[in-house]
Amino acid sequence: MVLQLVMAPNWCGCGVASANSTKISTNAFKMSSNRFSFSKPYPRRAYRVTAYYGLTTPPYELDALEPYMSKRTVEIHWGKHHNEHVEKLNKHLKTSAFYGHTLEEMVKATYNNGSPLVEFNDASLVWSHDFFWESMQPNGGSLPRGGVLDQIEKDFGTFTNFKDEFTFAALSLFGPGWVWLYLKKNGRKLAVAPTQNAISPLVWGDIPIIGLDMWEHAYYLDYKDDRSAYVNNFLDHLVSWHSVMVRMMRAEAFVNLGEPKIPVA
Amino acid sequence: MALLRSIAISSNKTLTLARSARSLTMATLPPLPYSYDALEPVISGEIMMLHHQKHHQTYVTNYNSALELLHTAMDKGDVSAVVGLQSAVKFNGGGHINHSIFWKNLRPVNAGGGEPPHKKLGWQIDTDFGSFNALISKMNAEGAALQGSGWVWLAFDKELKRLKVETTANQDPLVTKGATLVPLLGIDVWEHAYYLQYKNVKLEYLKNIWKVINWEYAGEVYEKEAQWCDLSEENK
Repeated sequence: MVLQLVMAPNWCGCGVASANSTKISTNAFKMSSNRFSFSKPYPRRAYRVTAYYGLTTPPYELDALEPYMSKRTVEIHWGKHHNEHVEKLNKHLKTSAFYGHTLEEMVKATYNNGSPLVEFNDASLVWSHDFFWESMQPNGGSLPRGGVLDQIEKDFGTFTNFKDEFTFAALSLFGPGWVWLYLKKNGRKLAVAPTQNAISPLVWGDIPIIGLDMWEHAYYLDYKDDRSAYVNNFLDHLVSWHSVMVRMMRAEAFVNLGEPKIPVA
Repeated sequence: MALLRSIAISSNKTLTLARSARSLTMATLPPLPYSYDALEPVISGEIMMLHHQKHHQTYVTNYNSALELLHTAMDKGDVSAVVGLQSAVKFNGGGHINHSIFWKNLRPVNAGGGEPPHKKLGWQIDTDFGSFNALISKMNAEGAALQGSGWVWLAFDKELKRLKVETTANQDPLVTKGATLVPLLGIDVWEHAYYLQYKNVKLEYLKNIWKVINWEYAGEVYEKEAQWCDLSEENK
């Protein structure tokens, strides 16, 4: 998550921080033009620092996922859809009570146990899209190794079973949504679940490990209505098992998975 | 007494047999009243073809499968299976209903598509929304604001005798928003309806689709439901 620091002059506690400036600059103010004259030799200034969310860049070139996800899809999906959610989120944050929360906290809090508040949609989709880009890598797919593979085999029986369950969940969605591999805190095991619209396992307190965007804009330009080709290509050629390992390592700090076979961070 | 009783039992058995022998009326894909490229450049031929032959056809196919499973479950008295199939029936059946209306809501420009409504529907729009343009703006705003997938409708409330703009999520048909609502116009705002051509600019699609809307059909449905009586006839 990139935070852009904005510093703006705030005369005596009034005035609004200029949110669109990305420069950190100090402005010199002439004493004489100041309504509030001070006898001190330097001007009195107060700065209020505000921070907003920025659009994080995927950890690869925009054409690196070809031919399974075209450059055009990534450009539009990231540059337009994901970006729009970031901008809308920042717009909410100017007046929201949730300003200052981390993104994960904000998603959980604004979900409000099923009656989502106005910030939820954009906050959750910003988080989910960041997670999505990082769930993929060029030359991804094939098999995970070591502890991750062992954990999957333990919780799904075989790796093929996991792939089948993941695909079935993705295709079972009625309408836009996501499909997740996530770690259940109660039960201490991996599971697969589809979610609708902007919902993610964060809202029910579990730890997401892989996220796949099943909204039509994620695949329509490349696959038209052939969702199963999209999901199969994601699993066979795009999913980043490296990211999965890093996420599982982090999850082990919160969930006791027994004897650590996944390297401990 | 015993005779009457045995007749009652056998007629009950016949009734049960008749129920199982009930035939299912399957859904079929309605043909498009115009060619796939007839709505260009507002909606591309590629989108129309995919939308009709793939998406709508899938709803029809899956609705029919769900219907057969439902039939079997009902015969066996498998209540949990019957309940479990409801979401598939609603989604796929709704998709079939909604798209069947949608094809009739569209019309090529050279056949009158885009011609604003006149006479009775026109007056009702002016009464309920102020102006035709106000209605367009409202529907575009509601369509743009819809999160996820769904439809935006111009509905006629049979009970209140007035027009309403409504939105439904996913493939929920209009009646899920009110049993007295009759759809006059529906605009599909699922991404598959516009993405190949308009990409993420949903508003552009909404602004343009009015050029191919079939107001004549909407007017016909409205007049039938509103049951306008010609007062000049009465006074003769």
